Amino acid sequence: MIRVLVAKPGLDGHDRGAKVIARALRDAGMEVVYTGLHQTPEQIVDAALQEDVDVLALSILSGAHPTLVPRIMELIRDNDLTDVLVLLGGIIPNDDVKAMLAAGVAEVFGPGTDTNDIVKCIRERVKTHE
Amino acid sequence: MNEVRTLANGIRQQQKRAVARGLTWIERGAPSGQELVRDLFSDAGRAHVIGITGAPGVGKSTLVNRLALALRTRERKVGILAVDPSSPFSGGAILGDRIRMQDSVMDEGVFMRSLATRGHLGGLSRATFGAVTLMDAAGYDVILIETVGAGQSEVEIMQLAHSTVVVLAPGLGDDIQAIKAGILEIGQVFVVNKADHDGADHSVRAIRGMLTLGMEHLAWFPPIVKTVADRGDGVDELVKAVESHWGYLRDSGQLDQMRRGQTAHLIELALQDWVKFALNDAQKAPDWEAMRDQVRSGIRDAGDAANAIIQRRITCH
Repeated sequence: MIRVLVAKPGLDGHDRGAKVIARALRDAGMEVVYTGLHQTPEQIVDAALQEDVDVLALSILSGAHPTLVPRIMELIRDNDLTDVLVLLGGIIPNDDVKAMLAAGVAEVFGPGTDTNDIVKCIRERVKTHE
Repeated sequence: MNEVRTLANGIRQQQKRAVARGLTWIERGAPSGQELVRDLFSDAGRAHVIGITGAPGVGKSTLVNRLALALRTRERKVGILAVDPSSPFSGGAILGDRIRMQDSVMDEGVFMRSLATRGHLGGLSRATFGAVTLMDAAGYDVILIETVGAGQSEVEIMQLAHSTVVVLAPGLGDDIQAIKAGILEIGQVFVVNKADHDGADHSVRAIRGMLTLGMEHLAWFPPIVKTVADRGDGVDELVKAVESHWGYLRDSGQLDQMRRGQTAHLIELALQDWVKFALNDAQKAPDWEAMRDQVRSGIRDAGDAANAIIQRRITCH
């Protein structure tokens, strides 16, 4: 069973995209923990730790990803959670994608992504324990 | 084996990572998870296990959040297990209980885990039983279990919790609903949440009416607490009610009797697991089709086929 945390870091107040993703992953047979809006990096990494998820899917629309994502990745390393697959979605300008990948994000999905591609990406990259 | 020991030791030291990984092992239902529970069993048996149940939307998660905060001010360490349903179609699940628990889950003395039912009926997941042993052994003083949004007959929580809190909200039915069999029979404490809404007093009266029909002679008469969970109103009273129930169980000797009944349920669950494994093996066996055809054409009856499956499982293991 693949467990995913869908998280909304920072101050943007729109989670329709996050909910669509959560729903699509549910329909693909995954267990999706959703924690709601306005999460701090600390809250997100703590939830990933307690829920022992395989995937952390971040949705950021606010433009704050250059600050939030490196901080989240730092906490992931501090908590020895580096086996968690980190995905990023939302509004991420093309120019920033490289930096996000360098920070440790496995894949960046922009607007218009087919949810099947996300499902496929997760299934290919997560070694299921079962 | 060694891996199990190491993990168990981490759990006893209440290391979050170890607790989280241990819960995953138990959820997987693999032998390593069972071995882990066996290893931890002797350290368990101290925690007060509280079940929170009720219909979807009555405010269980919000109430659990408030309860955890109130227990933390009393220096109790709190483990939370929140169960949400798995899809009968995809097997996936949305686990959304954390949304309402943001205030409490960041506290160092709180550990919260979301569990999906994974096809288990009764309002809990199969893993919830082992998960309680794990959290108990990890030293959490109180374990709060939030069931799935319960209908009328999701009552398995009574087989796991020491104190079952049934949560209702105003406007969900008349006195006849209150005297039906099922979930309203298992409450040791009742909560009418959203008590700032119209009809709260009517709900309290309906519950009291139900309880006084035949329960007034009992040594424990379930208290009814009005709460407004999102504001925290009534939560202290609720903590006092469940703590007084815990005191009653221990002083009256009811706790031992309750544990005996719950142990019987654990054996029943283990037996069901065994039967499930036997059936899985049988369906993978080369003669499955033939056996099914024999039953279908009346050469053999279904009970006889079941016997053969069980016999085979016994000889193979």
